[in-house]
Amino acid sequence: MTLAETTKAASQREADEPHSLVVRFGPDQPLAMDAGVSLAPLTIAYQTYGTLNEDKSNAILVCHALTGDQHVASDHPITGKPGWWWIMVGPGRPIDTNRYFVISSNVVGGCMGTTGPASLNPATGRAWGLDLPIVTIRDMVKAQAMLIDHLGIKTLFCVAGGSMGGMQVLQWAASFPGRVFAAMPIATAAKHSSQNIAFHEVGRQSIMADPNWLAGRYLDQGTFPNKGLAVARMAAHITYLSDEALQSKFGRKLQGRSAPTFSFDADFQVENYLRHQGASFVDRFDANSYLYVTRACDYFDLAADYGGSLAMAFKGTKTRFCVVSFQSDWLYTTADSRAIVHALNAGGASVSFVDIETDRGHDAFLLNEPEFIATTRGFLDAAARARGLPPLAGETDKQPAEAAKPASEQTDN
Amino acid sequence: MLESHSFRRRRAAFPAPRVDELLIADMVEPHSRVLDVGCGDGTLLNLLSTERGVDARGIELSHKGVNDCVAKGLSVIQGDADTDLENYPDDAFDYVILSQTLQATRHPRQVLEHMLRIGRHAIVSFPNFGHWRIRAQIAFLGHMPVTPNLQAPWYDTPNIHFCTISDFLDLAKALDARIERGVALGRFGTPLKANAPWVWNLFGEQGMFRLTRK
Repeated sequence: MTLAETTKAASQREADEPHSLVVRFGPDQPLAMDAGVSLAPLTIAYQTYGTLNEDKSNAILVCHALTGDQHVASDHPITGKPGWWWIMVGPGRPIDTNRYFVISSNVVGGCMGTTGPASLNPATGRAWGLDLPIVTIRDMVKAQAMLIDHLGIKTLFCVAGGSMGGMQVLQWAASFPGRVFAAMPIATAAKHSSQNIAFHEVGRQSIMADPNWLAGRYLDQGTFPNKGLAVARMAAHITYLSDEALQSKFGRKLQGRSAPTFSFDADFQVENYLRHQGASFVDRFDANSYLYVTRACDYFDLAADYGGSLAMAFKGTKTRFCVVSFQSDWLYTTADSRAIVHALNAGGASVSFVDIETDRGHDAFLLNEPEFIATTRGFLDAAARARGLPPLAGETDKQPAEAAKPASEQTDN
Repeated sequence: MLESHSFRRRRAAFPAPRVDELLIADMVEPHSRVLDVGCGDGTLLNLLSTERGVDARGIELSHKGVNDCVAKGLSVIQGDADTDLENYPDDAFDYVILSQTLQATRHPRQVLEHMLRIGRHAIVSFPNFGHWRIRAQIAFLGHMPVTPNLQAPWYDTPNIHFCTISDFLDLAKALDARIERGVALGRFGTPLKANAPWVWNLFGEQGMFRLTRK
């Protein structure tokens, strides 16, 4: 077996025997899905970090993005890389695991241990494949709520997540307003735009066009639509970056050569980079799962569930929101976030909104953006005070009081 | 890999409130709901929430101001008085405050109308263009006024809709708003003793009014 084959096998094992905590819901606790069917049994794979306090008031649910997983702050079991949000979650980080109990679960339809198309369907003894009902964002959130119930937590201190994770945050706030004290929807949208759907469709068609896809039954045959999935990832990856970021990182630079080869080799660095992104992705992700999670995003339109009014989805909510967008994100734009903010204002919600100046595009929410990190810390600290969570030892909540200065020092024009 | 130094907690500090901000805070009932439009670095919001137990929210145009405020734990959105007020429902707040911002809006009348709609009370403070020193600069020097409070030259100022205290009172009348409280601030932000609008208009560097719907 080559290294790639070993990785692939490890990745496929992860779907049924994850390196994670697992909770299994039997036929007595089915997941009633939007597609009109009940899913049972249901397995949810999850990770936790930190300690749940006595009154269970310090739990933060982190929702992962399209191809993310429950390994928020622990090394990925297949790639060995640090958790995808290590920069935000951990001891002393803004989502401080010395203070909060952090939960993250793999979404329904995923491939890291929660029931998805790569999981074994007990009814057939084969992988679910396309027999799995179509999954929606609301289904993902309902499943998470089952996990939270299982953990005995009534109200989450905060639900946070970016991109598809942000959609889950919005869905949580709308579906379970009494169970979410604070919410951070990041780099996200309340509905998928036509362009968003279009990009996802390119990815799905690329997978389905791979002869190894076998109408979704490739796992039965021990094969895999690597090429199709890699191309899907390459196309999607472009949408996660910005024109400026690509230009400054690669420009028109050539890859390991001084002149074009007049061939279809990866002459340009950007080609080489994308090929690498595609190739490494297929080692850790299931192609059918990619179909399911992209579809879940496409079907997301929160306002549609509330008579077309997003404000109605949040009417009277007591949840404190912090909406974050990134200026160069053209996948889920600042305008998308602003629409959420307007709806929250109209619904009378307590909301902060920060638009972070960066040229790193959509992926900025995963990176070290100091203003974003300071925002998250400030928002959570204030929410923790409001929730009555005790400050960590050695910290005080008092602001320094100073004497008033005369108004003549102001320069207001 | 860990860049722990960049995550060190920085103490959230606010500048001391100005006298005019303290006066605005005096016009606000404790434990009420307040929206501060153009909240800058959040000094007034912080004053209101820590000293008066107010549920204080803000809107601020500058990204830096917003990021500072949210990092300090204030509830502030990046937005524009001219375009974002229309999204708020009627009577969403007890007070809507516009401190030193009216003259920088594109549509002051609509902004004031929205404030009176969204809040039970509107509190507005603005530089008074009727002050004798400003009148004198135009009358005798023939130039657009530049004062310690209004330092930018005409081509570089964000203040596009200056008014006098008398002009503001006319607008309030046109909007059928009732003036509940009014004060004019002198040189160092201290309130003028006189209570007559013509004195305010001539000697006040700033006007500050609390209005409500009739």
